[in-house]
Amino acid sequence: MKNTSKLVSALALAAMTSTPALAGPDEDQLWVNDEIQMVTEVAAPAHMENIDTLYSGWRYRSNETQAIQMDDFENPGFVGVENAMVSWAKVEGDAGESCQSCHGDVESLKGVRAVYPRWNEAAGEVRTLEMQVNDCRVTRMSAEEWGYTSGPMANMLALISSVSRGMPVNVAIDGPAQATWEHGKELYYMRTGQLELSCANCHEDSVGLMVRADHLSQGQINGFPTYRLKNTKLNTVHARFKGCVRDTRAQTYKPGSAEFIALELYVASRGNGLSVEGPSVRN
Amino acid sequence: MKKIAMTVAALVASAGLASAGAVAPGDVAFAEDGSVAQSLSGAAGDVENGRKIMNKGAGNCIACHQVTALSHLLFHGEIGPTLDGAADRWTQAELRGIVANAKNVFEGSMMPSFYKTTGFIRLGKAYTGKAHEGEVMPLLTAQEIEDVVSFLMTLKEE
Repeated sequence: MKNTSKLVSALALAAMTSTPALAGPDEDQLWVNDEIQMVTEVAAPAHMENIDTLYSGWRYRSNETQAIQMDDFENPGFVGVENAMVSWAKVEGDAGESCQSCHGDVESLKGVRAVYPRWNEAAGEVRTLEMQVNDCRVTRMSAEEWGYTSGPMANMLALISSVSRGMPVNVAIDGPAQATWEHGKELYYMRTGQLELSCANCHEDSVGLMVRADHLSQGQINGFPTYRLKNTKLNTVHARFKGCVRDTRAQTYKPGSAEFIALELYVASRGNGLSVEGPSVRN
Repeated sequence: MKKIAMTVAALVASAGLASAGAVAPGDVAFAEDGSVAQSLSGAAGDVENGRKIMNKGAGNCIACHQVTALSHLLFHGEIGPTLDGAADRWTQAELRGIVANAKNVFEGSMMPSFYKTTGFIRLGKAYTGKAHEGEVMPLLTAQEIEDVVSFLMTLKEE
């Protein structure tokens, strides 16, 4: 009997996997822990010229992958969140400070993820959340910087994102941030490398289509840092950008570079209105 | 007299190229419609090798195109049009031009230019993410282009 049910479920699985992928996003709704409702579909902001409706990348993933993000106990990204909670409370550096000694509970950073990258008036530059974390470590803690895409950084970003989950992404693109945003937009449409591919070629012109076995999403970054089943770790935005540019057979930009900061602001703005999902789960 | 000498010299030069094998990527004679009449390698294509390039390596045509004749291979992409019946729709010269540099035929095409070595932005060293150094090789060799074209010429529905 047990064998029979196993066989039936194996057949059901085979039937599922042989079904051709749909051209667009699916119709599923994302609730995390049965308590956080995520907006995975929303009208595009006015500055989006070629796309009417935004969809979270979650809507393009298989049911199996989707399910992992729906429960923090299943989501492997939460191992990183737990590690970051230890870092949060840990005194490091010559100033004798921890994150906690200034910020208290991490809940005090609720809403922060949703508005970064953001213009920093004192520094006179657009800053990513990673830059802000490292600024705290160096300036406030007299501790060493973390590598821009390092494990501790990805974990800390996951922790900071987690307390904003469900809030709408809302990065500012005007005022002093506008020049950076325009630079990012230019990079988004630039066809690089020997394959001469831009971000837009795949994630705007071909969204919803299959490229070999990959179902192309809009390339939204509202779910970062993202736990990828492919490399079984939390991935930062700039590490993902680097991988994409590399795959056009191009010389990549460096994580933390002016180019990737600008691109992050632009791509984040293309998700204004979607929920902060980080740490999300993708394939 | 001078003109004849030049013609003779040009003939000798082109004969020399043909015997040396391939037309260099910068020397391909694209017609106004983007087609290329002459074999890039000077030799005929190998259908079986073309079939392999459709699936693997720098070819990987089925990453974007569906081909029923290759349906035993998994995961054909949907970005480009199906190649079924390609030989009914296009001549050999047109297919050669499209594979060599599709952007000459379809303006702004997403399709990579497989026989081109200049004009790239931030050209990398294959898939390493590092800067390219030294001589640039096209994505496919002249003979590989011919092999792919000869395979495509087998895709007839009519």
